[in-house]
Amino acid sequence: MNVIVIGDGNLGYSLAKSLSTDGGNDVTIIEKNAGMKNNTIESLDVRYIKGNGASARTLIEAGVRDTDLLIAATSGDEMNMVCSLTAKRLGASHTIARIRDPEYADELSQIKEDLGLDLVINPEQAVGGEIAKLLELPPAISVELFAGGRVEMAEIKAAAGMPIVDMPLKEIPQKIGSSILIGAILRGGEVIIPRGEDVILADDTIYIVGHPSMVFRFCAQIGIRVRKIKNVMLAGGGRIGYYLAKALNEIDMSVKIIESRYERCVELAEILPQTLVINGDASDSALLRAENIGDMGGFVSVTDKDEENLMTALLAKRNGVPKVVAKMDRAEYADILGDIGIDNLVSTKAVTANYILRFARGLQNAMGNFANTLYKIVGDRAEAIEFSANKSARLLGRPLKDLSLVSGVLVLAIVRKNEIIIPHGNDSIEENDSVILITKGRKLLDLNDILTGEETR
Amino acid sequence: MNCGMIAQSIGLLLYIEAACMIPSFAVAMIYGGGDARAFLFSILSVSAAAFAARLVKPARKDIYAKDGYAIVGLGWLLASAFGALPFIVSGAIPHPADAFFESVSGFTTTGATILRDIESLSAGILFWRSFTHWVGGMGVLVLMLAILPSAGAKAFLIMRAETTGPSADKFVPKVGSAAKILYGIYALITLAQAVLLCLGGMTVYDSLVHTFGTVGTGGFSDKNTSVAAFGSVYIEMVIAVFMMLSGVNFTLYYSLLRRDWKSVLHDEELRFYCALIFAAALGVTLNTYMGGVYKSIVEAARYASFQVISIITTTGFSTADFNVWPSASQFVLLILMLVGASAGSTGGGMKCVRIILLAKIARREFLRLIHPNSVSVVKLNGKTVESETLAGVLIFFFLYIAALVAATVLISLDGSDLVTSATSVLSCVGNVGPGLGVVGPAGSFAGFSPLCKLALSLCMVAGRLEIYPVMLLCVPEFWRRGNH
Repeated sequence: MNVIVIGDGNLGYSLAKSLSTDGGNDVTIIEKNAGMKNNTIESLDVRYIKGNGASARTLIEAGVRDTDLLIAATSGDEMNMVCSLTAKRLGASHTIARIRDPEYADELSQIKEDLGLDLVINPEQAVGGEIAKLLELPPAISVELFAGGRVEMAEIKAAAGMPIVDMPLKEIPQKIGSSILIGAILRGGEVIIPRGEDVILADDTIYIVGHPSMVFRFCAQIGIRVRKIKNVMLAGGGRIGYYLAKALNEIDMSVKIIESRYERCVELAEILPQTLVINGDASDSALLRAENIGDMGGFVSVTDKDEENLMTALLAKRNGVPKVVAKMDRAEYADILGDIGIDNLVSTKAVTANYILRFARGLQNAMGNFANTLYKIVGDRAEAIEFSANKSARLLGRPLKDLSLVSGVLVLAIVRKNEIIIPHGNDSIEENDSVILITKGRKLLDLNDILTGEETR
Repeated sequence: MNCGMIAQSIGLLLYIEAACMIPSFAVAMIYGGGDARAFLFSILSVSAAAFAARLVKPARKDIYAKDGYAIVGLGWLLASAFGALPFIVSGAIPHPADAFFESVSGFTTTGATILRDIESLSAGILFWRSFTHWVGGMGVLVLMLAILPSAGAKAFLIMRAETTGPSADKFVPKVGSAAKILYGIYALITLAQAVLLCLGGMTVYDSLVHTFGTVGTGGFSDKNTSVAAFGSVYIEMVIAVFMMLSGVNFTLYYSLLRRDWKSVLHDEELRFYCALIFAAALGVTLNTYMGGVYKSIVEAARYASFQVISIITTTGFSTADFNVWPSASQFVLLILMLVGASAGSTGGGMKCVRIILLAKIARREFLRLIHPNSVSVVKLNGKTVESETLAGVLIFFFLYIAALVAATVLISLDGSDLVTSATSVLSCVGNVGPGLGVVGPAGSFAGFSPLCKLALSLCMVAGRLEIYPVMLLCVPEFWRRGNH
């Protein structure tokens, strides 16, 4: 696929990286300030054009006429709108724009229609939503949603003493009696796509798939104390803080934001009437204590600085907050940190890249079974992906146990209208079902990719 | 420095070199000379060396800019050394320094020879000698990248170090596809010329040898008197046209394939290149005609234009002995040797685009002297050239001249006359082939001492790789692991 990325910033770079390595797309980057040019062309197999991505001349030079996907990811919302509008006029098949100003956020559907945009990405809003999901299910390290939120995949740490430890997976339905499925096990850095005989060990990280309420119940059944979070404190009232507070208010959590810039505090107070806005420094532990940090069910640090987020998160953990989330954009940091007690690290880059890759993967396969959702889990080592099964799928109506599936693939769930099927051998995939799969070590572009070579004939 | 990855890449390169010897082996079998055995031996020993290099397992996979330079610099020296094997083993060129010189001259598309009687060599050896032009013209490592199924992002570091010109930009996103497109265009041009030469009455063998010499802008011929041996205006015209085509930036052909006529017509380097050829050909024609070298102006135009094109594209074929031309014409040819062909072509020299940029930098400097507070940028093809690139051009100019001077001093110690020493170095660094004096079109480099031949070989590699990769290999800091 030919892809143009406008803007070689944080987001543009990581998108170009994922798109050029994942799936082998031909990526061209357009950037006005060629300051990072050498760094980019030495590390990525992409073409680099210095120029203004909104000008027709530059876009034509970049080959916009044969472009399947154009992503406008410069720092300016208006610039991104003009870029995608121009590109669409010049013949780009699909366009994605980053639009993140909260003022536009409510008018997005109109903007999308007027500019002919195929997708609008608001990274801060996406991250805010991501963090809100984590606070909804506190034991989870991560939560991913499929089929419009009807299926949930939660990442949970198995601890010694839980009833599921040392139990073969096939016995879980009888002994615990819950309609969930263990989709993957992460043991010592290795991803295991489990079979019925596999056993969960203490300190494994497991991925639980099922209806959100079932997952919640399962957590309670295996002895994880799930208490709904009522009070959340946010450090940092930037865009992420705003979107997060808004999302949390919608699920009836009470939110307190600590923000150091007074003017921003006034703005926040204006746009977030249900939220308590505190003007002060979040890394000041006296202030945190004065604001009853000990009574908080959750603490989220989302300032611009990774280091500051880390330190305030540790401070919150020290003060006994049960669920602490920190925003951390540099993947290198997350790797060297390991387990230092912060419950979740969330990266804007990773969330946004996931979001756009999902769309790109769907495009690559527009003719076959459309991939609706894609999550890269455990640092790209496995993918959970959702396909809509249409007529082109060769496995329709056949019981799963009769299918010859490639190794490292597991069918996690089948969604048929409002019914969620946690599949057993006798279940089959029908037309118009949403099929959720997990895969390790291979890229799935089509539902038919899960069948082995013998099936293809 | 990631020695493991460098060894892996060089191993791969040597495998490709071994594969490149197979056509020559086939030719040797067909013509039945005694050299087939020499090729078989060479193929096996190059493969063995490649296998040995591939045994070095890299500790990590990542390479950086300097590793790219090391791969290209070492790769070229080793490929040239192994390319000399057939000459030595077959006994055609027994002395190792001579054989290395001839091999380097082939790969760098210089076309300078130490042979006095070319026609006495066997068909297979002469074919190999010319085939190295073809491979070296577009680049051995670019060929490697074109063949590799997937050349990762880091391959750009290698391609950048091997292709010529002041700034390397990919015209398609993937390095692998760029290499494939370049070789595709190159192969098409090669095929077209070989067919046209066959139509002119050449044997298939002769046409291939001269085609390799032309499109690689090398200049090896299998005749003692070079292209003049055929005495055919048609053949001279075909060769002249294809020399000119090979001296053009190959990415422009890609633009043509994409029907992007405008960027080709308005390309400043192409215009300068054509204008320079026209002006020089006109000047030399008039000068040789009025100097009484040729009786008619048509004859003067025929020889002058062929020679001008042959020299500016740094091919080095000859139809006339310009040693006997008036000194003004000789001087024009020397300037053309210095300027060279276009960036991104198979030709050598400093490249037209650098001359254009140097002139523009000078003009900007004048403007600044007149209007001290003026702000201006240097533009090429309507686009602003980054100041780093401009600085790079100035530094390159200095290094190029410095290399010429240093090598000339070294060669003159051997006792040759000034014209011979200076023009042999100029010709070798510019990858041209013939010089003036003893190394003129009718002469050869046989008279130099072995040490001089090695120094000139190094000059040729340095000129082909545009100084940096070879120079970096000689800098101690390049190899050190610590901070010093």
